Amino acid sequence: MNSTPAIEIHDLDKSFGAVKALDGLDLAVAHGQVAGFLGPNGAGKSTAIRVLLGLLRKDAGNVRVLDGDPWSDAVALHRRLAYVPGDVSLWPNLSGGEAIDYLARLRGKVDKRRKSELLERFELDPTKKARTYSKGNRQKVALVSAFMSDVDLLVLDEPTSGLDPLMEAVFMEYVREAKERGTSVLLSSHILSEVEKVCDTVTIIRQGRAVESGTLDELRHLTRSSVTTVVAGDPAALSGLDGVHDVATVPTDEGNRVTFDVDDARIGGVLAALTAMDVRSFTAAPPSLEELFMRHYGEDVTGDAAGSDGGTDGEPDRSGGRARTRSKAGA
Amino acid sequence: MTTTLERPVPAAASAPARGGSTLSGTGSLIRFILRRDRVRLSVWTGSLVLFYAYFTAALGIMGETEGALQARGALMETPSGIVMGGPGYGVENYTVGAAIANEGTVWVVLALALMSILHVVRHTRAEEETGRSELVRAAPVGRHAPAVAAVVTLVLVNAVIAGVSALAMTGVGGAEEMPLADSLGMTVGAGLSAMVFGAIALVFCQLVESGRGASGRSVAVFGLAFAVEVAGNLREVPGGSALSWFSPIAWAQQTRAFVDLRWWPMALSVVTIVVLLVAASMLASRRDFGGGMIATRAGRPDARDSLQSPLALAWIQQRGALRWSALGLGAMWLASGTLVPEIGTMIGDLIADNPAMQGIFGEDTTRFEAAFLGAIMLYGALCAAAYAIVMGLRPKAEETTGRAELALSTPVSRGRWLGAQLLVAGVGTVVLLAVSVYALWAGAVSVDMTEPGLGTYTEVLLGYIPAVLIYLGLTAALFAWIPRATAAGWALLAYTFVIGMFGGLIEDLPEAAHWISPFYWVPEAFVADFDAGSFVGLSAVAAALLVLAFVGFRRRDLQTV
Repeated sequence: MNSTPAIEIHDLDKSFGAVKALDGLDLAVAHGQVAGFLGPNGAGKSTAIRVLLGLLRKDAGNVRVLDGDPWSDAVALHRRLAYVPGDVSLWPNLSGGEAIDYLARLRGKVDKRRKSELLERFELDPTKKARTYSKGNRQKVALVSAFMSDVDLLVLDEPTSGLDPLMEAVFMEYVREAKERGTSVLLSSHILSEVEKVCDTVTIIRQGRAVESGTLDELRHLTRSSVTTVVAGDPAALSGLDGVHDVATVPTDEGNRVTFDVDDARIGGVLAALTAMDVRSFTAAPPSLEELFMRHYGEDVTGDAAGSDGGTDGEPDRSGGRARTRSKAGA
Repeated sequence: MTTTLERPVPAAASAPARGGSTLSGTGSLIRFILRRDRVRLSVWTGSLVLFYAYFTAALGIMGETEGALQARGALMETPSGIVMGGPGYGVENYTVGAAIANEGTVWVVLALALMSILHVVRHTRAEEETGRSELVRAAPVGRHAPAVAAVVTLVLVNAVIAGVSALAMTGVGGAEEMPLADSLGMTVGAGLSAMVFGAIALVFCQLVESGRGASGRSVAVFGLAFAVEVAGNLREVPGGSALSWFSPIAWAQQTRAFVDLRWWPMALSVVTIVVLLVAASMLASRRDFGGGMIATRAGRPDARDSLQSPLALAWIQQRGALRWSALGLGAMWLASGTLVPEIGTMIGDLIADNPAMQGIFGEDTTRFEAAFLGAIMLYGALCAAAYAIVMGLRPKAEETTGRAELALSTPVSRGRWLGAQLLVAGVGTVVLLAVSVYALWAGAVSVDMTEPGLGTYTEVLLGYIPAVLIYLGLTAALFAWIPRATAAGWALLAYTFVIGMFGGLIEDLPEAAHWISPFYWVPEAFVADFDAGSFVGLSAVAAALLVLAFVGFRRRDLQTV
C-alpha cells in the first residue's frame, strides 16, 4: 500500500501576535491510520488543523498533507479530504439537506443513496432550516457531508462535542468504516475515551507542542497502576521505592491500608517489597490512558500560565477533570 | 400599565416554593433590559428628538420667506405630496406646526414602529431562539415576565421620546407657534401608533418560531398599514376618508396637531394595543417554550441542481436583500421623480414673486429642476453605495461565523470564494443604481416631464457606476488587509455625504478635501456631460481596490472566532 504519510508535521510554529499557539509541534498520521489528537481547550489543536487545511499560514516548520503543501496546493488537496469543524456554522437560509449537498458537490459527486443512509443513521431531518438546528444537528450536517464524500483523508475537529452517546456510537462506526476503506483520519478531541475507542495512534498536545505520542500500547506502558493494599507490617519502606508515587496510609483493624500509584515498569520491585510486609489484601487498577491524560493536563499548571493561550479553562483541578472524563467514558 | 406590573419579586431565598406568579422577576428583567440596551435606546431617543427639533428649525427658517410654506402646502395637496406626507390638515393655512404634523408624522411612526418591533422581538422571540431566555426562565422568572418586561420598557422609552421631543419642538419653535399641547398631541399620538406595531410584533412572536420571521411579518403589516393610509388619504383631501381610519398610522395623523387638536383618536391605538397584548398573553399561555403556533416552513431535503458553486450560494444569500432594496428604493425614487416638475413650478412661482430669490437661484427654472434632479441622484447614489458596503461586508460575516472555514475546506480557492461574493455584490449594486435612475426617470415621465431624456439619465447612471463600485472595492480591500477597519467604508460614505451636501457652503475649504470623495469626480448629474476621463479614472481606482482585495485575502490567515 501507499506508504506516504497522510499528514506530516515537523517543528511547526504559529503565533498570533504575542501568543504562541503552536510551538514546535510534531504530528504524523500514517496512511490508512486513525490518529487521535488530544489536548485541552486552547492547546492548539484547532490551530494545527487550520494550518493543515491551508486556512492559516505557518510561521516556521514543515507541513505536508497527502504529500502536498497545505497552503499552496490547498484546492487540489481539498479534493481529497473532508473537514468537520468543532463548531459548525451553517448558512441560515439553506436547509440542512441543501448545505450537505452544497458541500458534497464542491468536493465531488453526490451519492444519493449514501446520503439517505447517513441521514437515517444520524437521525437528521434535512428539511429544517439551518437556523433552527441545535449544535449537535449542525455537527451532524457537517458529518453527513464529510462521510458522504469519497476522500483519502478525514480531518475531524472535536466532531462529537454536540452529539449524544448514541450518535457518538454511530459516528465511531463510520470512522471505523472509513478506516476499512483505507481512509486516513485525524480525530481531535479532549475526550480520551473517544480516542481510545477508534484510534491507532495518539498524540497529546499541550501549549502548542506534542508532549506524548505513539500507539495506544506504547502510551499505556508509560502509565501507572493504582494499588490499594492492606498490610500487617510497616509500609514506610514503600515510599522509598523507585516508581512509587503518592503513598497514603490509613491504619485499620486489619492492618495498614495503603494506597499508591506505581509506574508499570517498576511493579515487580513493589510486589517483592509488599510480600515482606505480609499482604492481607491487594487490588491494582489496570493502567489507563486516563492517568496519563490527567498527568499531562493536570500537572505543571502553575507558573506557565503566560505561555498557554487562554487554556486555563481546559485545565481543571484534578478531581473535577477526572470526574468529567470518567462520566464521558462511562456514557 | 406600568404600575400593575411592578409586582414584588420574591426577595428572600426562604420564600415558599409556590410563591411567585407568571410575572415573577419582571422588575429585574426591566432593569436588565434597560442596562443592556442603554446605548441602543439612547441612540433611538436622541435621533428622534433631533429629527423633531431639526424639522421644526428647518421649517421655521423656510417660514421666514413669504409664501414659501404656503407653496409647500399646495404641493402637499398633490397625490405625490399625500403619498410622501399625510392627510393634509392645515394646508390652507400651512404653519410650521401644521407642516410638521402633516409631513413628519408618517416618518416618525415608521421609525418608532421599527424601533418597537425590533425591541419586542429582540427581547422575546430572539432570546428564546438563541437559548439565552432558557437560562433566564430557569431562574425564578414567570412565563410572561420577559414579554411584559419588553412591553414595559417599550412604553418607557416611547414615553421619554414623546415627552422630550414635544419639549424640543415647543422649545425650538416657540410656544406661540408650537403650543406644548399640540406638540404632545403629535409625539404621543405617533408613539402610540408605533406601539400598535410593537404589540403586533409580540403577537407574531407567539405565532412563529424565528425572530426574523416575527419581525419580517410585523414590518409587512406596517407596509400594509402604510398602503391603507395612503389609499385612504388619496380618496379625500384634506382629512382622509373612512378607509384611512383602518390604518394605525392614520390614528396619529388624525389628532390634527397644530391645526385643531383632538385627543380621542389616540384611544383607538390604546384599545388596539390592549387587545393585542391580551391576545398575545393568551397565545403565550398555550404554547411551549421555544415553540410557535405556525410551524416553520420546511426547506428542501436536497439542494436544487443550480446550487453547485460559491457563486450560486452568494446569489441565494444576496438576492433577498437586492430584491427588497430595489423594490423599496425604486418606489421611493419613482415617487421623487413625480415631484420634480411641481417643485420646479413651486420655485418658479416663488421666484416670480420674490426678486431676492431671483438673485439666489437665477430666473431659469429648468436649471433648478436639473439641480434638484441632481440632488435626488446624489441620494440615490449614496443609497447604492451603502448597499455596496453592506454587501462588501458579507465575506467578513461569512468569515467570523466560521462558514468561510467550512467552504474553504472544500476544493474552492480563496479567489473563487471571494470573487463569487464580490461579483454578486457588484452586479447587485449596479442593478440597484440602474433601478434607482430609471425609476426617477419613469416618475418624471409619468408627470409629463420629458426633459431631460432617457439618454441623459443613462449618462448619469454610467457616470456614477464606477464611483459607487469604489465603496465595494474599498470595503473588500479593507476586509482583505485590515479586517478590523472595515468600518472605514462607512466613514468614507459619511464623508461623501457631508462634502456633497455642504461642501459648497464651507468657504476656504481646500480643494483636496473634495478629492477624497469619489463622487467629486463624477460629472455633475443632469448638468455636465458624460466624461470618459472620469469614468476611466474612477473605474481604475475601483479595479485597483478589488485587485488589492484578492491579493490580500489570498495571503492572510483566515480569522475565526
